[in-house]
Amino acid sequence: MKEKNKFNIFEKMNDTNLLLTITIVIFFLMYIGAVLFQGGGFSKPQMFFNILNANAALIITACGMSIVMISGGIDISVGGVVALVSMCCAVYLDKTNSPNILVSMLIAVGIGLLYGLVQGFLVAVLDIQPFIVSLAGMFFARGMTTIVNTAPFNVENQAFVALKDTRVNVPFLGSYNKKGIYVPAYIEIGVIVALLIVILLFVVLKWTKLGRSFYAVGGNRQSALMMGINVRRTKFLSHLICSTLAGIGGYVYFLHVGSGSASHAMGMEMNAIASSIIGGTLLTGGVGNIIGTFFGVLSLSTIQNIVASAGLDEAWWTGITIAAMLCIFLLIQSVVMAQKKKAIKT
Amino acid sequence: MSKQSKGNILGAFKAIASHQLFIPILALVLLAVVNLIVDPSFFEIKDVTNNAGYMVKSGALITILDYGSELAILAIGMTLVTAASGGQDISVGATIAIAGSAMLRVLCGGNSRPDTIQAPIIVAFLVACIVGMLCGAFNGMLVSIFKIQPMIATLILFTAGRSIAAWINNNELPIVPDPKFAYFGGFIPGIPIPTTVFIAAICIIIIALVLKFTNLGLYTQAVGINESSSRLNGINPTFIKFLSFVILGLCVAVAALIKVSRLSTINYSVIAKDIEMDAILAVALGGNALSGGKFNIWASILGAYVIQFLTTTLYKFNVPSDALAAYKAVVVIILVVFSAPKAREYMEMFVKKLNPGRKEAA
Amino acid sequence: MNETTLLKMRGIDKSFPGVRALQKVDFTLNKGEIHALMGENGAGKSTLIKVLTGVYTKDAGTIELEGAGEVSIHSPQDAQNLGISTVYQEITLCPNLTVAENMFIGRGKGAFTNWKEMNADADKLLQSLDIPAKATQQLSNCSIAVQQMVAIARAVDMDCKVLILDEPTSSLDEQEVEKLFGLMRDLKEMGVGIIFVTHFLDQVYEVCDKITVLRDGQLVGEYEIKDLPRVQLVAKMLGKEMDDLSDIKGETNEYKGNDAGEIVFEAEGLQSDAGIKPFDFHIKKGEVNGFTGLLGSGRSECVRAIFGADRILGGKVKVHGKEVKINKPIDAMKNGIAYLPEDRKIDGIIGDLSVRDNIILALQVMKGFFKPFTKAQAKAFADEYIEKLNIKTASADKPIKALSGGNQQKVILARWLLMHPEYLILDEPTRGIDVGTKVAIQKLVLELASQGMSVTFISSETDEMLRTCSRLVVMRDRKVVGELSGDDLTQNKIMATIAGGE
Repeated sequence: MKEKNKFNIFEKMNDTNLLLTITIVIFFLMYIGAVLFQGGGFSKPQMFFNILNANAALIITACGMSIVMISGGIDISVGGVVALVSMCCAVYLDKTNSPNILVSMLIAVGIGLLYGLVQGFLVAVLDIQPFIVSLAGMFFARGMTTIVNTAPFNVENQAFVALKDTRVNVPFLGSYNKKGIYVPAYIEIGVIVALLIVILLFVVLKWTKLGRSFYAVGGNRQSALMMGINVRRTKFLSHLICSTLAGIGGYVYFLHVGSGSASHAMGMEMNAIASSIIGGTLLTGGVGNIIGTFFGVLSLSTIQNIVASAGLDEAWWTGITIAAMLCIFLLIQSVVMAQKKKAIKT
Repeated sequence: MSKQSKGNILGAFKAIASHQLFIPILALVLLAVVNLIVDPSFFEIKDVTNNAGYMVKSGALITILDYGSELAILAIGMTLVTAASGGQDISVGATIAIAGSAMLRVLCGGNSRPDTIQAPIIVAFLVACIVGMLCGAFNGMLVSIFKIQPMIATLILFTAGRSIAAWINNNELPIVPDPKFAYFGGFIPGIPIPTTVFIAAICIIIIALVLKFTNLGLYTQAVGINESSSRLNGINPTFIKFLSFVILGLCVAVAALIKVSRLSTINYSVIAKDIEMDAILAVALGGNALSGGKFNIWASILGAYVIQFLTTTLYKFNVPSDALAAYKAVVVIILVVFSAPKAREYMEMFVKKLNPGRKEAA
Repeated sequence: MNETTLLKMRGIDKSFPGVRALQKVDFTLNKGEIHALMGENGAGKSTLIKVLTGVYTKDAGTIELEGAGEVSIHSPQDAQNLGISTVYQEITLCPNLTVAENMFIGRGKGAFTNWKEMNADADKLLQSLDIPAKATQQLSNCSIAVQQMVAIARAVDMDCKVLILDEPTSSLDEQEVEKLFGLMRDLKEMGVGIIFVTHFLDQVYEVCDKITVLRDGQLVGEYEIKDLPRVQLVAKMLGKEMDDLSDIKGETNEYKGNDAGEIVFEAEGLQSDAGIKPFDFHIKKGEVNGFTGLLGSGRSECVRAIFGADRILGGKVKVHGKEVKINKPIDAMKNGIAYLPEDRKIDGIIGDLSVRDNIILALQVMKGFFKPFTKAQAKAFADEYIEKLNIKTASADKPIKALSGGNQQKVILARWLLMHPEYLILDEPTRGIDVGTKVAIQKLVLELASQGMSVTFISSETDEMLRTCSRLVVMRDRKVVGELSGDDLTQNKIMATIAGGE
């Protein structure tokens, strides 16, 4: 009878929810573990907000990545786009006459859109493998960044610096410093943008026909075509959204670091992919969730912070722990999905 | 009558154009022609005296053969992995760092500035081979046993590899004192051709023999095309996939030997950077489907040299190394677009529209 | 256009590189009519349907639809909007979506999905069609038969005027087929025109009103069902008078070697992880026997267990009286057992490899990793069997996926015959292939047996098994429930045993 029960859980849960649940549970266990064993910083809410502040750009790009992955593709150009956007905006704000903040934002979104149009066209219309297309996209963006400006530099435009330093206080969650003065908890503007995007995309994926067609195309492209879904348009839009979000994410990143550099956002595409996977998106397509991706980013950065606060601050420890975590998540997913298949079969 | 022969020629041309080696050869010819027009001295091979005082051959073509070696060697393993698993190994750059670091550790024995090497070079190389194969085995295990997609499975070593490499040598950068070690990535005294060319040639000959005298090719393709049928025909798909990753691990170790030997030391974050992307590109340029199945290893190897040809050409045109990637990307996209079946279809339709009478003639 | 005419296709042409798939084909469908589209594999049925549903674009010809006049259909969506819905043999749904989404996605207006309404509608429809699934269930959690029913429910709900059923019954068992026929008759009452493609002649005569026959991409004719007896239908499909099928058993001799009657293979309490109960089984030299039972009764699972294709959980296996271990396919092959799998596409062909490589594969694997055949050897083997089995292919270098279903099956058969097995297992070798090849395969089985090969032959069509087998193992609910031989080998007796009990 116990057997029967297990079977029912697998029957009721669809793949997406099953993987999402695993992610959220593991994230909370990890965070609670950090609070209990490392205490100090982790027990303060600001620690959590700092994670958000530092990773708003990653959240945005990872969301775009999830959409492409759900529809069965991949985009490894996002890190390059982020670097290119930061550099272009930095050059515009610092090296032209009378720059305007709004225009710099338009530049960021414009670069993303352009990238999405070209990559979407190559993938959806010419049917070229997305990995190759975005690989070339990554090379191009990284190369262009150094062509635009080789040396890294800080932006000193006053309006921009003011925007960069804008802090939005979070009520009730502040803490008292050593002198007993109340320090309010805060988040940066980028975090608000990121949260809005998460909510918007969650709604799109869950309740719009476009969102559901991403899942359908990722689940079985041929079937989706037969069921009357415009597969080309869907794939095109998935790349368009992903690259545009990379553009927006690029601006948020720029807003956080306040500089342009060719080495910005190195390996961000891999972090975005890793976050999506940890959040329960399958690279085979058709399964995934934006909320999961959000928690994926949080899990990834929490582990980085745990490593850092444990005194293992050598850069190589971060690499090893992230890899180890990715490995564990992948193994859990692999085992759970295999179990599920078995349960359904018998 | 003449119409018919014209049709035959067209047909023959089509057959050539659809051959797998067409795109890489066309790219090679185009690059050669561009160089010939812009600067014919590109093809000159001169005898010069190198730092060690020996007469060696020098010229752009030698550079291409020299620096294309690592890529050609990696392309062999990457083609097999692609064919068997339908995915790519993105950790080769990182595992080159690991294998190279292990080699240095053995050679220098944990001392960053030793006076003599602490172990014979062959031992260090064998250790690197074992390390490379272990990395391959780790990736292969995740892919074949746990059924994780190759790109994702190798993401783990991609993320951790360079950190592990640094950890092997306690984040120090040991320098190999023995000049003999530099032979592998440079010249052997008295021989005017770079050693790397011979190493690549040996690897290519070995894989040619393996493909001729074993069923590796047939099994790999069968597994890549239809895993379930292969199993019912007595093939063990799990093992074949695993094997392909281990072979790639071996290729990585050889590439690591060349890379480390070129400098006699290592830079963990820079060594073989982005080489996985070039290796994958070589496979794709060779016209092999990245989704696995049928493969042509010669096309991949040719693809590797095409990429190096392009890189060398760009350097000749004084493109700074950081901006190289952008130009490479443009060329890659052009090549891929031209070889995409869909794009060809559209082009044919376009030609037909321009010339509606041709259909009857053919 | 006639008042009752629903669909009129005239002069349809369609070519692929090297093939003229359709030449000036006409097809007419009336309201409230079930119209069978018949023809051998490669006759052009699928192409005609794909032209009608917008998967292919026709080269020439016109399509007229009642109420819409002449229409041009460029995508499956166009077809859907015009009221043409299709259920394919392969399930064309998305396994990762819910049952309800699979029924409604790609339809209707507006940008948003109303889950509540959709689920309610889906549940209502599922209930009315008696399909055992819930709207919110993920499709991949349903059995294949239920998935096929969901596909039909989707098509039925689309207010379709024209419903195309392209071999929808190959994965359904008899009760499910009956249910489907009931549904088809209801729709017919409502005035829907149904195009029904199937290889099962029984089904055509049970449910259809008219038959259109295609051969080699050309129209043979359109007939009222009552004017066209079976034999004539087959003759029209083949383009020649058919051999008298019922007597092929008498033509061949039984094996009469010294070792006739020796038990070649024996299994005791064999069990695999595919969910069958432990079973006993044996086969003698030169014998043809079979497993029969409804779809899903476990007949394929039994032979898969014999071949080691699923994970073996227990039991003893003897070959020529000697106990051996068979845990994976290679073990079975080394013991002289060959297995032609049920699903040709998934388990049989290696699509991109050449016909030659597909033929030599099994023997090559037996010979060993380090001993590849030379090109000349491989060519000789391939040519021998291409000729022997009359495989129609331009050359041995063609990829197998370019061949028609029947020829693909022959290539797989060649692969196993080349191994010269002592014991050959054929799991549904005649499914989804044309009548001519079906007969050829059955004759071949009897011929092989007369030369001393033991053969297990499984088919969904009981006729075929009665014609070839001298002993039948009957299965129900994944359990062996009986064995029939000699005079007991009749349709009625088999039915009774399958049904069981009283």
